[in-house]
Amino acid sequence: MTMAIKLPIYMDYHATTPVDPRVLEAMMPYFHEKFGNAASRNHPFGWEAEEAVDKARKQVADLIGANAKEIVFTSGATESDNLAIKGVAEMYREKGNHIITCVTEHKAIIDTCKRLEKEGYRVTYLPVQKDGRISLDELRAAITDKTILITIMAANNEIGVIQPIAEIGAIAKEKGILFHTDAVQIAGKVPFNVNELGVHMASLSAHKMYGPKGVGALYVRRRNPRVLLAPIIDGGGHERGMRSGTLNVPGIVGFGKAAELCKQELATEGERLRGLRDYLNDKLHRQLDEIYINGSVAHRLPHNLNISFAYVEGESLLMGINDVAVSSGSACTSASLEPSYVLKALGAGDDLAHSSIRFGLGRWTTKEEVDYVADKLTSVVSRLRDMSPLYELAKEGVDLSTMQWQTEGH
Amino acid sequence: MAYSNKVIDHYENPRNVGSLPKDDVNVGTGLVGAPECGDVMKLQVKVNPETGIIDDAKFKTFGCGSAIASSSLATEWLKGKTVDEALAIKNTDIVNELSLPPVKIHCSVLAEDAIKAAIADYKKKKTADVKAAEKVAQPTA
Repeated sequence: MTMAIKLPIYMDYHATTPVDPRVLEAMMPYFHEKFGNAASRNHPFGWEAEEAVDKARKQVADLIGANAKEIVFTSGATESDNLAIKGVAEMYREKGNHIITCVTEHKAIIDTCKRLEKEGYRVTYLPVQKDGRISLDELRAAITDKTILITIMAANNEIGVIQPIAEIGAIAKEKGILFHTDAVQIAGKVPFNVNELGVHMASLSAHKMYGPKGVGALYVRRRNPRVLLAPIIDGGGHERGMRSGTLNVPGIVGFGKAAELCKQELATEGERLRGLRDYLNDKLHRQLDEIYINGSVAHRLPHNLNISFAYVEGESLLMGINDVAVSSGSACTSASLEPSYVLKALGAGDDLAHSSIRFGLGRWTTKEEVDYVADKLTSVVSRLRDMSPLYELAKEGVDLSTMQWQTEGH
Repeated sequence: MAYSNKVIDHYENPRNVGSLPKDDVNVGTGLVGAPECGDVMKLQVKVNPETGIIDDAKFKTFGCGSAIASSSLATEWLKGKTVDEALAIKNTDIVNELSLPPVKIHCSVLAEDAIKAAIADYKKKKTADVKAAEKVAQPTA
Protein backbone atom coordinates (compact mmCIF):
# COMPACT_ATOMS: atom_id res chain seq x y z
CA MET A 1 0.00 0.00 0.00
CA THR A 2 1.12 3.49 -0.78
CA MET A 3 0.61 6.25 1.74
CA ALA A 4 -2.95 7.44 2.12
CA ILE A 5 -3.94 9.87 -0.59
CA LYS A 6 -6.80 12.28 -0.66
CA LEU A 7 -9.60 11.46 -3.10
CA PRO A 8 -10.79 12.63 -5.54
CA ILE A 9 -7.50 13.31 -7.29
CA TYR A 10 -7.32 16.40 -9.48
CA MET A 11 -5.42 15.77 -12.72
CA ASP A 12 -7.14 18.30 -14.96
CA TYR A 13 -4.76 21.27 -14.57
CA HIS A 14 -5.32 22.37 -18.18
CA ALA A 15 -8.93 23.20 -17.33
CA THR A 16 -8.10 25.30 -14.31
CA THR A 17 -5.77 25.37 -11.32
CA PRO A 18 -6.34 26.08 -7.64
CA VAL A 19 -5.29 29.51 -6.42
CA ASP A 20 -1.94 29.17 -4.69
CA PRO A 21 -2.30 30.13 -0.99
CA ARG A 22 0.54 32.66 -1.46
CA VAL A 23 -1.48 34.25 -4.25
CA LEU A 24 -4.63 34.35 -2.14
CA GLU A 25 -2.68 35.98 0.68
CA ALA A 26 -1.44 38.71 -1.65
CA MET A 27 -4.98 39.36 -2.88
CA MET A 28 -6.77 39.56 0.47
CA PRO A 29 -6.02 43.18 1.43
CA TYR A 30 -7.43 44.41 -1.88
CA PHE A 31 -11.01 43.41 -1.15
CA HIS A 32 -11.76 45.47 1.95
CA GLU A 33 -8.86 47.54 3.27
CA LYS A 34 -7.35 48.63 -0.03
CA PHE A 35 -10.48 48.68 -2.13
CA GLY A 36 -9.77 51.79 -4.19
CA ASN A 37 -10.44 52.28 -7.87
CA ALA A 38 -7.13 52.29 -9.73
CA ALA A 39 -8.52 55.05 -11.95
CA SER A 40 -9.13 57.41 -9.00
CA ARG A 41 -6.24 59.79 -9.57
CA ASN A 42 -6.91 62.31 -6.81
CA HIS A 43 -6.87 60.41 -3.49
CA PRO A 44 -4.76 57.82 -1.67
CA PHE A 45 -7.30 55.01 -2.11
CA GLY A 46 -6.86 55.26 -5.85
CA TRP A 47 -3.08 55.70 -5.65
CA GLU A 48 -2.77 52.58 -3.52
CA ALA A 49 -4.78 50.52 -6.01
CA GLU A 50 -2.89 51.92 -8.97
CA GLU A 51 0.42 51.12 -7.31
CA ALA A 52 -0.68 47.52 -6.75
CA VAL A 53 -1.78 47.22 -10.38
CA ASP A 54 1.53 48.66 -11.60
CA LYS A 55 3.44 46.11 -9.55
CA ALA A 56 1.35 43.27 -10.96
CA ARG A 57 1.77 44.62 -14.47
CA LYS A 58 5.54 44.40 -14.00
CA GLN A 59 5.29 40.86 -12.56
CA VAL A 60 3.20 39.62 -15.50
CA ALA A 61 5.47 41.39 -18.01
CA ASP A 62 8.58 39.86 -16.43
CA LEU A 63 7.20 36.35 -16.89
CA ILE A 64 7.17 36.77 -20.68
CA GLY A 65 10.08 39.17 -21.14
CA ALA A 66 7.84 42.14 -21.93
CA ASN A 67 7.72 45.75 -20.77
CA ALA A 68 5.06 46.54 -18.15
CA LYS A 69 3.50 49.10 -20.47
CA GLU A 70 2.77 46.34 -22.96
CA ILE A 71 0.36 44.48 -20.66
CA VAL A 72 -3.39 45.11 -21.09
CA PHE A 73 -5.46 43.51 -18.36
CA THR A 74 -8.69 41.80 -19.40
CA SER A 75 -11.35 39.53 -17.92
CA GLY A 76 -9.56 36.43 -19.18
CA ALA A 77 -7.95 34.86 -22.20
CA THR A 78 -11.19 34.60 -24.19
CA GLU A 79 -11.47 38.36 -24.06
CA SER A 80 -7.76 38.73 -24.85
CA ASP A 81 -8.15 36.54 -27.95
CA ASN A 82 -11.20 38.52 -29.06
CA LEU A 83 -9.42 41.83 -28.51
CA ALA A 84 -6.32 40.76 -30.43
CA ILE A 85 -8.15 39.39 -33.46
CA LYS A 86 -11.05 41.83 -33.70
CA GLY A 87 -8.82 44.71 -32.68
CA VAL A 88 -6.32 44.01 -35.47
CA ALA A 89 -9.05 43.22 -38.00
CA GLU A 90 -10.70 46.58 -37.49
CA MET A 91 -7.52 48.65 -37.12
CA TYR A 92 -5.79 47.21 -40.18
CA ARG A 93 -8.88 46.82 -42.39
CA GLU A 94 -7.44 49.14 -45.04
CA LYS A 95 -4.26 47.09 -45.25
CA GLY A 96 -5.99 43.76 -45.81
CA ASN A 97 -8.73 41.37 -44.78
CA HIS A 98 -6.98 38.02 -44.50
CA ILE A 99 -6.22 36.15 -41.26
CA ILE A 100 -4.34 32.87 -40.87
CA THR A 101 -5.04 30.52 -37.97
CA CYS A 102 -5.11 26.78 -37.39
CA VAL A 103 -7.77 24.08 -36.97
CA THR A 104 -6.68 23.03 -33.47
CA GLU A 105 -6.99 26.49 -31.92
CA HIS A 106 -9.15 27.15 -28.88
CA LYS A 107 -12.80 28.02 -29.60
CA ALA A 108 -12.13 31.60 -28.49
CA ILE A 109 -9.93 31.93 -31.58
CA ILE A 110 -11.93 29.78 -34.02
CA ASP A 111 -15.30 31.32 -33.23
CA THR A 112 -13.90 34.86 -33.32
CA CYS A 113 -12.48 34.14 -36.78
CA LYS A 114 -15.80 32.63 -37.88
CA ARG A 115 -17.59 35.82 -36.87
CA LEU A 116 -15.12 37.94 -38.85
CA GLU A 117 -15.73 35.72 -41.89
CA LYS A 118 -19.40 36.71 -41.72
CA GLU A 119 -18.27 40.33 -41.77
CA GLY A 120 -16.33 39.86 -44.99
CA TYR A 121 -12.88 38.85 -43.73
CA ARG A 122 -11.15 35.84 -45.22
CA VAL A 123 -9.68 33.24 -42.85
CA THR A 124 -7.31 30.37 -43.62
CA TYR A 125 -7.50 27.50 -41.12
CA LEU A 126 -4.20 25.66 -41.50
CA PRO A 127 -4.39 21.90 -41.00
CA VAL A 128 -2.00 20.19 -38.61
CA GLN A 129 0.31 17.28 -39.27
CA LYS A 130 -0.04 13.94 -37.47
CA ASP A 131 2.02 15.31 -34.57
CA GLY A 132 -0.35 18.27 -34.09
CA ARG A 133 2.05 20.94 -35.42
CA ILE A 134 1.41 23.16 -38.41
CA SER A 135 3.64 22.99 -41.48
CA LEU A 136 5.72 26.14 -41.94
CA ASP A 137 5.63 25.62 -45.72
CA GLU A 138 1.84 25.61 -45.62
CA LEU A 139 1.93 28.77 -43.52
CA ARG A 140 4.19 30.49 -46.06
CA ALA A 141 1.98 29.33 -48.91
CA ALA A 142 -1.14 30.70 -47.22
CA ILE A 143 0.24 34.23 -46.87
CA THR A 144 -1.07 36.79 -49.39
CA ASP A 145 -0.60 40.54 -49.74
CA LYS A 146 -3.91 40.89 -47.91
CA THR A 147 -2.78 38.96 -44.82
CA ILE A 148 -2.87 41.18 -41.73
CA LEU A 149 -2.65 38.64 -38.91
CA ILE A 150 -1.31 35.19 -38.08
CA THR A 151 -2.76 33.73 -34.89
CA ILE A 152 -1.33 30.38 -33.85
CA MET A 153 -1.46 29.05 -30.29
CA ALA A 154 1.80 28.43 -28.43
CA ALA A 155 0.65 25.17 -26.77
CA ASN A 156 -2.56 23.26 -27.29
CA ASN A 157 -4.98 22.84 -24.38
CA GLU A 158 -5.90 19.24 -25.21
CA ILE A 159 -2.73 17.61 -26.49
CA GLY A 160 -0.14 20.02 -25.06
CA VAL A 161 1.63 20.23 -28.41
CA ILE A 162 3.93 23.24 -28.74
CA GLN A 163 3.89 24.99 -32.12
CA PRO A 164 7.09 26.30 -33.79
CA ILE A 165 6.50 29.80 -32.41
CA ALA A 166 9.99 31.25 -33.07
CA GLU A 167 9.85 30.07 -36.70
CA ILE A 168 6.36 31.54 -37.15
CA GLY A 169 7.60 34.78 -35.56
CA ALA A 170 10.44 34.93 -38.06
CA ILE A 171 8.10 34.42 -41.01
CA ALA A 172 5.72 37.08 -39.69
CA LYS A 173 8.61 39.53 -39.32
CA GLU A 174 9.93 38.78 -42.80
CA LYS A 175 6.49 39.34 -44.36
CA GLY A 176 5.55 42.31 -42.19
CA ILE A 177 2.47 40.59 -40.73
CA LEU A 178 1.30 40.80 -37.12
CA PHE A 179 1.62 37.62 -35.05
CA HIS A 180 -0.65 36.80 -32.13
CA THR A 181 -0.36 33.68 -30.01
CA ASP A 182 -2.69 32.16 -27.43
CA ALA A 183 -0.09 31.54 -24.71
CA VAL A 184 -2.56 30.47 -22.03
CA GLN A 185 -1.26 26.94 -21.59
CA ILE A 186 2.45 27.66 -22.03
CA ALA A 187 2.94 30.77 -19.90
CA GLY A 188 4.52 29.99 -16.57
CA LYS A 189 5.15 26.36 -17.53
CA VAL A 190 7.85 26.57 -20.22
CA PRO A 191 10.22 29.50 -20.90
CA PHE A 192 8.32 31.92 -23.14
CA ASN A 193 9.92 35.22 -24.14
CA VAL A 194 8.04 37.48 -26.52
CA ASN A 195 11.22 39.12 -27.84
CA GLU A 196 13.13 35.91 -28.45
CA LEU A 197 10.10 34.39 -30.17
CA GLY A 198 9.12 37.43 -32.25
CA VAL A 199 5.59 37.54 -30.85
CA HIS A 200 3.54 40.76 -31.27
CA MET A 201 0.55 39.85 -29.13
CA ALA A 202 0.02 37.09 -26.58
CA SER A 203 -3.05 36.06 -24.56
CA LEU A 204 -2.61 35.04 -20.94
CA SER A 205 -4.94 33.74 -18.24
CA ALA A 206 -4.40 33.91 -14.47
CA HIS A 207 -6.40 30.84 -13.50
CA LYS A 208 -4.26 28.51 -15.59
CA MET A 209 -1.21 29.51 -13.53
CA TYR A 210 -2.49 29.27 -9.94
CA GLY A 211 -4.06 32.71 -9.99
CA PRO A 212 -7.76 33.64 -9.73
CA LYS A 213 -10.45 33.21 -12.39
CA GLY A 214 -11.85 36.25 -14.17
CA VAL A 215 -8.57 37.95 -14.98
CA GLY A 216 -6.25 37.70 -17.94
CA ALA A 217 -4.03 39.86 -20.09
CA LEU A 218 -3.11 40.65 -23.63
CA TYR A 219 0.51 41.49 -24.31
CA VAL A 220 0.55 44.18 -27.02
CA ARG A 221 3.98 45.08 -28.45
CA ARG A 222 4.88 48.78 -28.35
CA ARG A 223 8.00 48.83 -30.50
CA ASN A 224 9.23 47.04 -33.66
CA PRO A 225 6.43 47.13 -34.58
CA ARG A 226 4.04 49.22 -32.50
CA VAL A 227 0.76 47.29 -32.54
CA LEU A 228 -2.45 49.31 -32.61
CA LEU A 229 -5.75 47.77 -31.63
CA ALA A 230 -9.30 48.99 -31.99
CA PRO A 231 -11.03 48.41 -28.63
CA ILE A 232 -13.95 45.99 -28.47
CA ILE A 233 -15.27 47.50 -25.22
CA ASP A 234 -15.91 51.24 -25.15
CA GLY A 235 -15.93 53.35 -22.02
CA GLY A 236 -13.56 55.21 -19.75
CA GLY A 237 -10.44 54.60 -21.80
CA HIS A 238 -8.59 52.42 -19.31
CA GLU A 239 -5.57 50.33 -20.34
CA ARG A 240 -4.27 52.86 -22.88
CA GLY A 241 -7.71 53.01 -24.44
CA MET A 242 -7.62 49.37 -25.47
CA ARG A 243 -9.81 47.99 -22.73
CA SER A 244 -12.23 50.16 -20.83
CA GLY A 245 -13.69 49.02 -17.55
CA THR A 246 -12.70 49.43 -13.89
CA LEU A 247 -9.70 47.25 -13.18
CA ASN A 248 -10.22 44.08 -11.15
CA VAL A 249 -7.57 45.11 -8.62
CA PRO A 250 -7.58 42.02 -6.33
CA GLY A 251 -7.62 39.73 -9.36
CA ILE A 252 -4.79 41.61 -11.01
CA VAL A 253 -2.74 41.55 -7.81
CA GLY A 254 -3.27 37.78 -7.66
CA PHE A 255 -2.35 37.40 -11.31
CA GLY A 256 0.89 39.31 -10.68
CA LYS A 257 1.81 37.18 -7.69
CA ALA A 258 0.96 34.00 -9.59
CA ALA A 259 3.18 35.08 -12.49
CA GLU A 260 6.04 35.87 -10.12
CA LEU A 261 5.80 32.44 -8.47
CA CYS A 262 5.62 30.65 -11.82
CA LYS A 263 8.74 32.49 -12.99
CA GLN A 264 10.65 31.59 -9.81
CA GLU A 265 9.65 27.93 -9.88
CA LEU A 266 9.43 27.34 -13.63
CA ALA A 267 12.69 25.44 -14.08
CA THR A 268 12.41 23.11 -11.10
CA GLU A 269 8.65 22.59 -11.37
CA GLY A 270 8.89 21.92 -15.11
CA GLU A 271 11.45 19.20 -14.52
CA ARG A 272 9.49 17.69 -11.64
CA LEU A 273 6.29 17.50 -13.70
CA ARG A 274 8.11 16.16 -16.75
CA GLY A 275 9.46 13.37 -14.53
CA LEU A 276 6.00 12.54 -13.16
CA ARG A 277 4.37 12.73 -16.61
CA ASP A 278 6.99 10.41 -18.12
CA TYR A 279 6.56 8.06 -15.18
CA LEU A 280 2.78 7.98 -15.74
CA ASN A 281 3.26 7.36 -19.45
CA ASP A 282 5.86 4.61 -18.95
CA LYS A 283 3.75 2.89 -16.34
CA LEU A 284 0.62 2.90 -18.50
CA HIS A 285 2.59 1.58 -21.48
CA ARG A 286 4.08 -1.19 -19.34
CA GLN A 287 0.70 -2.25 -17.98
CA LEU A 288 -1.50 -1.95 -21.08
CA ASP A 289 -1.18 -2.75 -24.77
CA GLU A 290 -2.67 -0.74 -27.63
CA ILE A 291 -2.54 2.69 -26.09
CA TYR A 292 -1.50 5.66 -28.20
CA ILE A 293 -0.18 9.12 -27.35
CA ASN A 294 -2.00 11.84 -29.25
CA GLY A 295 0.32 14.50 -30.63
CA SER A 296 4.05 15.09 -30.62
CA VAL A 297 6.02 13.72 -27.68
CA ALA A 298 9.08 15.87 -28.30
CA HIS A 299 7.24 19.20 -28.71
CA ARG A 300 4.96 19.01 -25.73
CA LEU A 301 4.18 20.72 -22.45
CA PRO A 302 5.95 18.85 -19.64
CA HIS A 303 2.76 18.39 -17.62
CA ASN A 304 0.49 17.11 -20.42
CA LEU A 305 -0.35 13.60 -21.50
CA ASN A 306 -3.16 12.70 -23.91
CA ILE A 307 -3.66 9.01 -24.54
CA SER A 308 -6.17 6.95 -26.49
CA PHE A 309 -7.04 3.59 -24.96
CA ALA A 310 -8.10 1.60 -28.02
CA TYR A 311 -11.40 -0.33 -27.91
CA VAL A 312 -12.64 1.52 -24.82
CA GLU A 313 -15.03 4.48 -24.92
CA GLY A 314 -13.91 7.56 -23.01
CA GLU A 315 -17.02 8.31 -20.98
CA SER A 316 -17.28 4.75 -19.70
CA LEU A 317 -13.61 5.03 -18.78
CA LEU A 318 -14.25 8.23 -16.83
CA MET A 319 -17.15 6.52 -15.04
CA GLY A 320 -14.77 3.79 -13.91
CA ILE A 321 -12.23 6.27 -12.52
CA ASN A 322 -14.76 8.56 -10.90
CA ASP A 323 -12.38 9.46 -8.08
CA VAL A 324 -9.94 10.94 -10.59
CA ALA A 325 -10.67 14.26 -12.34
CA VAL A 326 -9.45 14.14 -15.95
CA SER A 327 -11.00 15.00 -19.33
CA SER A 328 -11.93 12.93 -22.36
CA GLY A 329 -12.22 13.78 -26.04
CA SER A 330 -15.21 11.47 -26.23
CA ALA A 331 -18.37 12.92 -27.72
CA CYS A 332 -20.41 11.72 -24.76
CA THR A 333 -18.53 14.02 -22.41
CA SER A 334 -19.10 17.14 -24.48
CA ALA A 335 -22.24 19.17 -24.96
CA SER A 336 -21.95 18.97 -28.75
CA LEU A 337 -22.05 15.15 -29.05
CA GLU A 338 -19.06 15.44 -31.39
CA PRO A 339 -15.70 13.98 -30.46
CA SER A 340 -12.79 16.37 -29.95
CA TYR A 341 -12.08 18.42 -33.08
CA VAL A 342 -8.45 18.66 -32.01
CA LEU A 343 -7.99 14.88 -32.02
CA LYS A 344 -9.96 14.55 -35.26
CA ALA A 345 -7.58 17.08 -36.85
CA LEU A 346 -4.66 14.73 -36.11
CA GLY A 347 -6.28 12.26 -38.51
CA ALA A 348 -6.18 9.33 -36.10
CA GLY A 349 -9.86 8.47 -36.65
CA ASP A 350 -12.93 9.27 -34.63
CA ASP A 351 -12.78 6.00 -32.74
CA LEU A 352 -9.48 6.97 -31.12
CA ALA A 353 -10.86 10.41 -30.29
CA HIS A 354 -13.72 8.68 -28.46
CA SER A 355 -11.17 6.65 -26.48
CA SER A 356 -8.95 9.49 -25.31
CA ILE A 357 -8.08 10.80 -21.87
CA ARG A 358 -6.28 14.07 -21.17
CA PHE A 359 -4.08 14.18 -18.07
CA GLY A 360 -2.97 17.58 -16.82
CA LEU A 361 -0.46 17.45 -13.96
CA GLY A 362 0.26 20.41 -11.74
CA ARG A 363 1.77 22.00 -8.66
CA TRP A 364 0.13 19.61 -6.19
CA THR A 365 0.40 16.39 -8.15
CA THR A 366 2.37 13.71 -6.28
CA LYS A 367 3.98 10.44 -7.32
CA GLU A 368 1.50 8.57 -5.11
CA GLU A 369 -1.36 10.14 -7.07
CA VAL A 370 0.24 9.20 -10.37
CA ASP A 371 0.63 5.60 -9.18
CA TYR A 372 -2.99 5.48 -8.07
CA VAL A 373 -4.26 6.88 -11.38
CA ALA A 374 -2.11 4.52 -13.48
CA ASP A 375 -3.18 1.44 -11.53
CA LYS A 376 -6.84 2.38 -11.45
CA LEU A 377 -6.86 3.07 -15.18
CA THR A 378 -5.17 -0.21 -15.91
CA SER A 379 -7.82 -2.18 -14.07
CA VAL A 380 -10.73 -0.22 -15.56
CA VAL A 381 -9.37 -0.41 -19.12
CA SER A 382 -8.84 -4.16 -18.74
CA ARG A 383 -12.36 -4.64 -17.40
CA LEU A 384 -13.94 -2.55 -20.17
CA ARG A 385 -11.92 -4.32 -22.85
CA ASP A 386 -13.25 -7.62 -21.57
CA MET A 387 -16.71 -6.35 -22.40
CA SER A 388 -15.74 -4.58 -25.64
CA PRO A 389 -16.90 -6.23 -28.89
CA LEU A 390 -14.19 -4.25 -30.71
CA TYR A 391 -11.42 -5.71 -28.57
CA GLU A 392 -12.84 -9.19 -29.16
CA LEU A 393 -12.97 -8.66 -32.95
CA ALA A 394 -9.45 -7.21 -33.00
CA LYS A 395 -8.13 -10.18 -31.02
CA GLU A 396 -9.80 -12.49 -33.59
CA GLY A 397 -7.74 -10.71 -36.23
CA VAL A 398 -10.57 -8.70 -37.78
CA ASP A 399 -9.48 -5.38 -39.31
CA LEU A 400 -12.00 -2.97 -37.78
CA SER A 401 -11.32 -0.26 -40.34
CA THR A 402 -12.55 -2.44 -43.21
CA MET A 403 -15.74 -3.62 -41.49
CA GLN A 404 -19.15 -2.45 -42.66
CA TRP A 405 -20.67 -0.62 -39.71
CA GLN A 406 -24.29 0.28 -39.39
CA THR A 407 -23.99 4.01 -38.86
CA GLU A 408 -27.35 5.22 -40.07
CA GLY A 409 -29.36 7.00 -37.48
CA HIS A 410 -26.66 7.09 -34.79
CA MET B 1 -23.63 14.42 -15.68
CA ALA B 2 -25.24 12.43 -12.89
CA TYR B 3 -26.11 8.81 -13.62
CA SER B 4 -29.11 7.01 -12.19
CA ASN B 5 -28.39 4.34 -9.60
CA LYS B 6 -29.60 1.66 -12.00
CA VAL B 7 -27.17 2.78 -14.70
CA ILE B 8 -24.32 2.75 -12.20
CA ASP B 9 -25.36 -0.70 -10.96
CA HIS B 10 -25.39 -2.16 -14.49
CA TYR B 11 -22.08 -0.44 -15.27
CA GLU B 12 -20.39 -1.78 -12.15
CA ASN B 13 -22.05 -5.20 -12.21
CA PRO B 14 -22.95 -5.85 -15.82
CA ARG B 15 -25.20 -8.89 -16.33
CA ASN B 16 -24.40 -11.50 -18.95
CA VAL B 17 -21.18 -10.15 -20.37
CA GLY B 18 -19.63 -12.57 -22.84
CA SER B 19 -20.08 -14.39 -26.09
CA LEU B 20 -22.08 -17.39 -27.34
CA PRO B 21 -20.84 -19.59 -30.20
CA LYS B 22 -21.98 -17.57 -33.19
CA ASP B 23 -21.98 -20.57 -35.58
CA ASP B 24 -24.52 -22.44 -33.43
CA VAL B 25 -27.78 -22.64 -35.37
CA ASN B 26 -29.75 -21.79 -32.22
CA VAL B 27 -27.74 -18.62 -31.58
CA GLY B 28 -28.63 -15.26 -33.13
CA THR B 29 -26.06 -12.45 -33.16
CA GLY B 30 -26.69 -8.73 -33.59
CA LEU B 31 -23.83 -6.27 -34.04
CA VAL B 32 -24.97 -2.64 -34.27
CA GLY B 33 -23.47 0.85 -34.08
CA ALA B 34 -20.08 2.06 -35.27
CA PRO B 35 -16.75 2.82 -33.57
CA GLU B 36 -16.57 6.36 -34.97
CA CYS B 37 -19.96 7.10 -33.40
CA GLY B 38 -18.68 5.94 -30.04
CA ASP B 39 -21.14 3.04 -29.64
CA VAL B 40 -20.96 -0.60 -30.76
CA MET B 41 -23.17 -3.31 -29.25
CA LYS B 42 -22.96 -7.04 -29.79
CA LEU B 43 -25.98 -8.88 -28.46
CA GLN B 44 -26.58 -12.63 -28.73
CA VAL B 45 -29.55 -14.86 -27.92
CA LYS B 46 -29.67 -18.63 -27.64
CA VAL B 47 -33.08 -20.11 -28.35
CA ASN B 48 -34.18 -23.51 -27.06
CA PRO B 49 -35.27 -25.43 -30.20
CA GLU B 50 -37.86 -27.46 -28.22
CA THR B 51 -39.65 -24.60 -26.48
CA GLY B 52 -38.81 -21.57 -28.66
CA ILE B 53 -37.81 -19.71 -25.51
CA ILE B 54 -34.62 -17.66 -25.16
CA ASP B 55 -32.47 -19.67 -22.74
CA ASP B 56 -29.45 -17.45 -22.69
CA ALA B 57 -28.41 -13.96 -23.76
CA LYS B 58 -24.98 -12.30 -23.76
CA PHE B 59 -23.62 -8.89 -24.69
CA LYS B 60 -20.46 -6.96 -25.24
CA THR B 61 -20.60 -3.17 -25.60
CA PHE B 62 -18.16 -0.42 -26.56
CA GLY B 63 -19.84 2.75 -25.42
CA CYS B 64 -20.71 5.03 -22.55
CA GLY B 65 -22.12 3.85 -19.23
CA SER B 66 -25.69 4.24 -20.46
CA ALA B 67 -24.96 2.09 -23.52
CA ILE B 68 -23.45 -0.60 -21.33
CA ALA B 69 -26.43 -0.44 -18.95
CA SER B 70 -28.97 -0.56 -21.82
CA SER B 71 -27.46 -3.70 -23.30
CA SER B 72 -26.96 -5.33 -19.92
CA LEU B 73 -30.63 -4.71 -19.06
CA ALA B 74 -31.71 -6.02 -22.47
CA THR B 75 -29.99 -9.37 -21.88
CA GLU B 76 -31.70 -9.64 -18.50
CA TRP B 77 -35.10 -9.03 -20.06
CA LEU B 78 -34.51 -11.39 -22.99
CA LYS B 79 -33.96 -14.48 -20.92
CA GLY B 80 -37.15 -16.54 -20.57
CA LYS B 81 -38.97 -14.71 -23.33
CA THR B 82 -40.16 -16.18 -26.63
CA VAL B 83 -38.78 -14.70 -29.82
CA ASP B 84 -42.00 -12.75 -30.42
CA GLU B 85 -42.04 -11.43 -26.87
CA ALA B 86 -38.43 -10.33 -27.34
CA LEU B 87 -39.38 -8.34 -30.42
CA ALA B 88 -41.96 -6.47 -28.34
CA ILE B 89 -39.26 -4.85 -26.16
CA LYS B 90 -39.21 -1.14 -26.92
CA ASN B 91 -36.43 1.37 -26.38
CA THR B 92 -38.80 3.47 -24.29
CA ASP B 93 -39.09 0.58 -21.80
CA ILE B 94 -35.30 0.77 -21.36
CA VAL B 95 -35.38 4.58 -21.05
CA ASN B 96 -37.99 4.34 -18.30
CA GLU B 97 -36.32 1.51 -16.40
CA LEU B 98 -32.89 3.20 -16.39
CA SER B 99 -34.17 6.82 -16.16
CA LEU B 100 -32.02 7.78 -19.14
CA PRO B 101 -31.77 11.52 -19.87
CA PRO B 102 -32.69 12.78 -23.38
CA VAL B 103 -29.04 12.83 -24.59
CA LYS B 104 -28.79 9.11 -23.83
CA ILE B 105 -31.94 7.94 -25.60
CA HIS B 106 -29.85 6.83 -28.57
CA CYS B 107 -28.26 4.20 -26.28
CA SER B 108 -31.66 2.61 -25.74
CA VAL B 109 -32.45 2.80 -29.46
CA LEU B 110 -29.22 0.98 -30.16
CA ALA B 111 -30.14 -1.73 -27.63
CA GLU B 112 -33.52 -2.23 -29.33
CA ASP B 113 -31.75 -2.42 -32.70
CA ALA B 114 -29.36 -5.01 -31.26
CA ILE B 115 -32.26 -7.19 -30.05
CA LYS B 116 -33.96 -6.99 -33.45
CA ALA B 117 -30.69 -7.74 -35.27
CA ALA B 118 -30.00 -10.76 -33.07
CA ILE B 119 -33.50 -12.18 -33.58
CA ALA B 120 -33.33 -11.54 -37.34
CA ASP B 121 -30.01 -13.40 -37.49
CA TYR B 122 -31.52 -16.30 -35.55
CA LYS B 123 -34.54 -16.48 -37.88
CA LYS B 124 -32.35 -16.32 -40.97
CA LYS B 125 -30.23 -19.18 -39.70
CA LYS B 126 -33.35 -21.23 -38.85
CA THR B 127 -34.81 -20.77 -42.33
CA ALA B 128 -31.51 -21.74 -43.93
CA ASP B 129 -31.31 -24.72 -41.60
CA VAL B 130 -34.84 -25.94 -42.46
CA LYS B 131 -34.13 -25.57 -46.20
CA ALA B 132 -30.89 -27.47 -45.82
CA ALA B 133 -32.72 -30.20 -43.90
CA GLU B 134 -35.43 -30.41 -46.61
CA LYS B 135 -32.74 -30.75 -49.23
CA VAL B 136 -31.10 -33.56 -47.35
CA ALA B 137 -34.47 -35.27 -46.83
CA GLN B 138 -35.32 -35.24 -50.52
CA PRO B 139 -34.40 -38.35 -52.42
CA THR B 140 -31.77 -37.51 -54.96
CA ALA B 141 -32.54 -40.26 -57.40
